[in-house]
Amino acid sequence: MTTIIDDLKKNKILGLLKNEKRIDSRGFLEPRSMTIDIDVIQKANGSARIELGNTSVIAGVKIQPDKPFPDLGDKGIFICTAEILPLAHPDIEPGPPGEDVIELARVVDRGIRETSMLDLSKLVLEKNKSVIGIFVDNSITNCDGNLFDACSYASTAAILSSNLPTWKLENEQPVLVEDQESIIPITTIPVSVTMGILNDYIVVDPNADEWECMDARITMITNSDGNICALQKGGSGSVTYDQLKECSQIAISIGPKIRKILKQYQIDN
Amino acid sequence: MKTDMQLLNNDGIRCDGRKIDELRKITIKAGILKNANGSAYIEFGNNKILVGVFGPRDVHPKHLSDTNTGILRCRYHMSPFSVTERKNPAPSRREIEISKVIKEALQPSVILKKFPRTVVDVFVEVLQADGGSRCAALNAASIALADAGIPMKDMVSACAAGKIADTIVLDVNNEEDQAGQADMPVGYMPNLDKITLLQLDGILTTQEYEKCIDVAIQGCKIVYEIQKKALIDKFFKCDIK
Repeated sequence: MTTIIDDLKKNKILGLLKNEKRIDSRGFLEPRSMTIDIDVIQKANGSARIELGNTSVIAGVKIQPDKPFPDLGDKGIFICTAEILPLAHPDIEPGPPGEDVIELARVVDRGIRETSMLDLSKLVLEKNKSVIGIFVDNSITNCDGNLFDACSYASTAAILSSNLPTWKLENEQPVLVEDQESIIPITTIPVSVTMGILNDYIVVDPNADEWECMDARITMITNSDGNICALQKGGSGSVTYDQLKECSQIAISIGPKIRKILKQYQIDN
Repeated sequence: MKTDMQLLNNDGIRCDGRKIDELRKITIKAGILKNANGSAYIEFGNNKILVGVFGPRDVHPKHLSDTNTGILRCRYHMSPFSVTERKNPAPSRREIEISKVIKEALQPSVILKKFPRTVVDVFVEVLQADGGSRCAALNAASIALADAGIPMKDMVSACAAGKIADTIVLDVNNEEDQAGQADMPVGYMPNLDKITLLQLDGILTTQEYEKCIDVAIQGCKIVYEIQKKALIDKFFKCDIK
């Protein structure tokens, strides 16, 4: 999922940081430009294709009735996955997901779950028996670093643009009611901000080259109120308390800008 | 969320009788597995966790080996009987993620440059789980690495802080994790003052976030003293023999 980067390139990246420059001439706190297209897959209930720099992801939302989790009978189901397709990078091979991909999917899932973006209590057909499941699957089609934010934005845009079909229970079996769609119960819009820490410099939205030589990574997900809802440190380095404080300020200051972009895709009727 | 259970009463006492800044009972023993190069057993509240460290040794499969440095691998695994409902023994996605975060929490503390083309394997077996098992496992793993004689810059001590009943508390247990508002596990190198593991589930304001890290670090410092004692106890006994 990452490119092999030689020491020369690493030295160049670190040398540039000393002069307050990044390898792709962005500012330290400047995410790459982002394009989002929604409704790219008609068979899905909602979908989004996002390009964050050269990283591109397609997220599709499928909504279907399901059995609730045994301990959460009064809540609908939300499941989010991610897969790096073998066509996304020469180093990716087909096969069961590795720990990087599992972490990626779980952090994206956690961001949406812990912000309570979806009001799952409104997705119950019959308590303890039948609920509505929302399944968000991210297919990564090109890797250029920071898959965390790309998948998070893709999933969020896909959910916001989804229509919720209607089911009614007949003989305890859910039956689809044709042509009756409503909006998904959304409470807040999560925004994930991933920061790389390289030689004590903090850079937002690291690209693949920066990703390869960073010491540690902080992914921070904030909600519409500017509170922190989920957090994950990654990478083989360590971070200081002051860096974490700075990261939270960065995540909170960038959040509203990205939230404004994502909000354009929310269906409201 | 469940509100019927009282997580914190008016006197500031939690559901298991602890104060808000009180850790669960911790006992650690170092060097208890005969075949491992280093090992540790920890009881952290009702968590019972065994850690064995093997290496530095040859890397299998070979293509994983690095000519510049030794590598670290970690497997976090829960025994089927460790939780209320039997757990499928195959590694779950949660276990794979925790394996990764524990590995990355230990990496900053170990010096493997001196052992190129080798691997140090850390095997964590959770015999009984009770909330905060990744922190408990990390504490034991750090001890086991030290017990194996792996060169280290510092110990990694870990402890969670969280939010229950709108209050920031130290060391969240299972009930508090299920019914509480936030859980933040923190791994910390006490002498270097650096954080190596950090995760968060749940909603916190900026002030609460900063306080949470602060509270967790204080907890880690207490854990560190217990870890040190476990190591001293082990090597003191060896000297007598």
